[in-house]
Amino acid sequence: MTGTTTTPAPAERVTHAYARDVALPGGGTLALVTLDNGFDHTKPTTLGPAGLTELREVLLAQQARAAAGEIRALAVTGKPYYLAAGADLRAVSGLVDPALARGIAELGHATYRLLGELGVPTFAFVNGAALGGGLELALACDYRTVAADVSALALPEAFLGLVPGWGGCYVLPRLVGIRAAVDMVLTRPLANNRMTTAPQALEVGLVDAVLHPADFLEQSVAWAARVLDGEEQVTRRELDGQDEWDAVVAAARQQLDRRLHGAKEAPYRALELLASARTADKDAAFAAEDDALTDLIMSDQLRAGLYAFDLTTRKARKPAGAPSAELARPVRSVGIVGAGLMAGQLAVLVARRLRVPVLMREVDEDRVAAGLANVRGQVEQLARKGRVSEGEANRILGSIRISTDLSTLAGADLVVEAVTEVLPLKQRVFGELEDVLEPGAVLATNTSALSVTQMGAHLRRPERVVGLHFFNPVAQMPLVEVVRTQASDDAAVATAFAVAKALGKTAVGVADRPGFVVNRLLLRMLAEVAAAVEGGTPVTVADRALRPLGLPMGPFALIQLVGLPVALHVLRSLHEDLGDRYPLSPGLERLAAEGRRVVPEPDGTGAEADVDPAIQEVFGEPGRDGSLDEQGVLDAVLAGLAQEIGLMLEEGVVEGPEQIDLCMVLGAGWPLHLGGICPYLDRTGWSERVLGRRLLEPGVADVPAPRTADAPV
Amino acid sequence: MPARPTRSVRDVVFVDGVRTPFGRARPDGLYAHTRADDLAVKTVRELLRRQPGLPPERIDEVAIAATTQSGDQGLTLGRTVGVLAGLPREVPGFAVDRMCAGAMTAVTTTASAIGVGAQDVVLAGGVEHMGHHPMGGDADPNPRFVAEKLVSADALNMGSTAENLHDRFPALTRERADAYGVRSQERYAAALAAGRITPDLVPIAVRDPERGWGLATADEPPRPGTTREAIATLPTPFRAGGRVTAATSAPLTDGATMCLLAAEETATELGLTPRMRLVSYAYAGVDPAVMGLGPVPSTERALERAGLTIDDIGLIEINEAFAVQVLSFLDAFGIDDEDPRVNPYGGAIAVGHPLASSGVRLMTQLARQFAEHPEVRYGITTMCVGLGQGGTVVWENPFAGSTTSEEQA
Repeated sequence: MTGTTTTPAPAERVTHAYARDVALPGGGTLALVTLDNGFDHTKPTTLGPAGLTELREVLLAQQARAAAGEIRALAVTGKPYYLAAGADLRAVSGLVDPALARGIAELGHATYRLLGELGVPTFAFVNGAALGGGLELALACDYRTVAADVSALALPEAFLGLVPGWGGCYVLPRLVGIRAAVDMVLTRPLANNRMTTAPQALEVGLVDAVLHPADFLEQSVAWAARVLDGEEQVTRRELDGQDEWDAVVAAARQQLDRRLHGAKEAPYRALELLASARTADKDAAFAAEDDALTDLIMSDQLRAGLYAFDLTTRKARKPAGAPSAELARPVRSVGIVGAGLMAGQLAVLVARRLRVPVLMREVDEDRVAAGLANVRGQVEQLARKGRVSEGEANRILGSIRISTDLSTLAGADLVVEAVTEVLPLKQRVFGELEDVLEPGAVLATNTSALSVTQMGAHLRRPERVVGLHFFNPVAQMPLVEVVRTQASDDAAVATAFAVAKALGKTAVGVADRPGFVVNRLLLRMLAEVAAAVEGGTPVTVADRALRPLGLPMGPFALIQLVGLPVALHVLRSLHEDLGDRYPLSPGLERLAAEGRRVVPEPDGTGAEADVDPAIQEVFGEPGRDGSLDEQGVLDAVLAGLAQEIGLMLEEGVVEGPEQIDLCMVLGAGWPLHLGGICPYLDRTGWSERVLGRRLLEPGVADVPAPRTADAPV
Repeated sequence: MPARPTRSVRDVVFVDGVRTPFGRARPDGLYAHTRADDLAVKTVRELLRRQPGLPPERIDEVAIAATTQSGDQGLTLGRTVGVLAGLPREVPGFAVDRMCAGAMTAVTTTASAIGVGAQDVVLAGGVEHMGHHPMGGDADPNPRFVAEKLVSADALNMGSTAENLHDRFPALTRERADAYGVRSQERYAAALAAGRITPDLVPIAVRDPERGWGLATADEPPRPGTTREAIATLPTPFRAGGRVTAATSAPLTDGATMCLLAAEETATELGLTPRMRLVSYAYAGVDPAVMGLGPVPSTERALERAGLTIDDIGLIEINEAFAVQVLSFLDAFGIDDEDPRVNPYGGAIAVGHPLASSGVRLMTQLARQFAEHPEVRYGITTMCVGLGQGGTVVWENPFAGSTTSEEQA
């Protein structure tokens, strides 16, 4: 390896800053600055070095005009639907020189602080999404209006692996209070990047006025004029007291620890900046933001985060392994065999998103009734939460039928079987379906670990069999593994991809190998943990061992979520197919047989579920020979994952490591700062130690340059 | 069986009117990158802001005119604009077309509904983005018009119909038309300077992808400082050796207008101040080849229905499609070319004529003039219409006889 391979940084899509004079109703001139990258709404406005430089020059020119008395105020707004979607992160993903990273941080500050030092009042007219550096731009102004329809106000930096470092960590808590600032900077980004809406922004004081979108800009100018003329009073909350400030920060730190156990650097850096914002002066606070941004931009965690974010957004739109979409067959009705819990979720999702009739089959009237009750319950819940209108709820319910007669599925263009995970049963279902369906109809299985190939082996037309592996809960989990067998034809696979896309899911093409991607790796992880426990490692030690990864939950909590019997079913299946890398666990089997939980019942506080120490008894006295410490368990898990990924790539389960990471981020919720998992295995050296090679080229998901002694610090 | 309600005709009042600044219909014009429906939306919102006493749910109808009803002027403007402006979903709306008299027709049609008690409060206006919708751009005239000589071949070209008027009335010379055109610019400039134009304008945010957002706060078409010398040698684009020039024609224009009408009793109930009271209205047809004559018979008919004569009329807002067409009207009623009662703020030759919008601009200006002139009891708004029509509305000044009406303006 050369060690210096980098992908060239893509050219900046420069956001221009256009200044135009606007006559204020009360007389005088407002300089109105528009940020516009010259593209439509599909290419959001972002701020890179060239764009910031242009904005800075425009602001400097207006500063001079303000000094000359030519303007009474300045306002910043954006092209339709965007104020700005934040910093141009493509510019940082290839940086190797920390001085350049610091340059980006400092340029942002140098530009934005002009908005507070212009000599005349400044306004942000937030006409659309304001994310990250876009929202910080608004925060840098003296006043803010927002259009009532704006729902994308957010500081997602901590989610990606950065801090709001263009003034956000300093200005925001002083404006909205430390509690609301922690919510926006930490809580929301870490809760799946939840955004703030215009009304919410007004409530916390993030903006000063919410105006109707129909004439937002006109009324913003009028509002600004009233502020300038003293007709509109803008009240701001007082700075929170030091005691409250400290208490909120301490509570936030506890939350972070519970969630991340220190695994992700960025949120902690953000919290430090928030903590000191109350007393720090502006220059010191901005310098601290520069330091934090520089460190984080030069961190592998951020690079892995950007890599994974790109996988789940831009790259996910063109799924790897998908045949041409034109080959997909039209799906005008969908059959589902089985009406159990997951089948019902799938039926509602199909009816809601695909808007086609859904025909389900169950074996007897009792199960038909139970299936209908399940569907009705789901739809009623959707309506209750306001996710669907009453009419839409009626439409969904009306489009789902359940029958005991398989021939009612005869007209379906796609049938998904979701019956019990028993191969002969599934084979029989497919056999019966083949007799009633049109020859072109696609047969899909929602199996999580059985062989799709074997399921279709005895059919007259095995080429129309594919796997469509959904994750539980079906409506929420964004991933679908599309399983292609040796026999599957392009039309069937293309149809599966098209349906996944229409259902709003990200599809990843996988080969028909046991457990596909997500279950194979999750179970490998759990198998290593179980093996350690069976070998004498205390359950509490094994449970804590994976905390440095910052996974969404501990291993035993995961087992509890999936359900111990289900987890064991998959484990046994993988043990059978893949051998001793997936050892059976007598202790877990006993717990399952006794119907016991592996973590205590939730206490209602939302605290993370740790393993129930009482289950230690089924694994015997801990601390025997072969007992591991936390590091030992973690090493075993990482070595196991590296080995398994190496095998999966050899077997061609997916096209490459990117698909593995995409699956783990979307299907298992593995964190962005690990980049899924491959970037983490590379940067910790596990892939080299176990496989003798890296999984991804240097620079793809980490900082490319070797950090030698003479590198700038 | 319940008794049938007794019918009585109710008085209809004009409460308020606004318009967008007018823009030149050109690729670099004020509204080149602005949607027509958005222009109308902003006039609706401005009216509601100016009349805080009017609960939006009391609006019974939104009637909006456009000559070309497709693209950003399609989909039943009255309804789309109501929804886009944030009116309650329960407020209905429809679209109107009588070419240049669209907004006027929106007013008279809804006023009639108010008069018979079908509605209490309405919004009526018009919009025309002639840059997006060139005149007759998507029209497909029936070949029978020409084959059966139903109309002459040049009747569909408005400039040619203006030339035809010069032909028909030799007293209508280019010199008189040029003088009229210059006066229109002068009167507009004076009215603007006196603060009589801007108060009725709704500022419009305009975006140019290459220059960013700006704010339109003033009319773009007027050419202040126009002199007879400067226009004397202008070409005559509609006919070689003709008389009609750019300086004696209304420019191609983008813009929208909107007004609020109410039953007088409803205005009283809601505390809305009437600025004009509708007396009568009429439309009339003329030979399409001289469509500019339309206001003559429509005015005669409207006056007759009101029991008035032209001598009772103290203020006239007549749309200036062409100077010659206004002059033909003045000659028909024996009014001097420079009569101060006629278009005191100048007219469409200066400010522009966004076809279906213009009717309400005339009314909004007449309302302002009524407030300035309590000595005037009656006024008219009138305009010619392509394919040979005229429309006239007679209004009464509610301030007539009062002494301090200026502050009502």
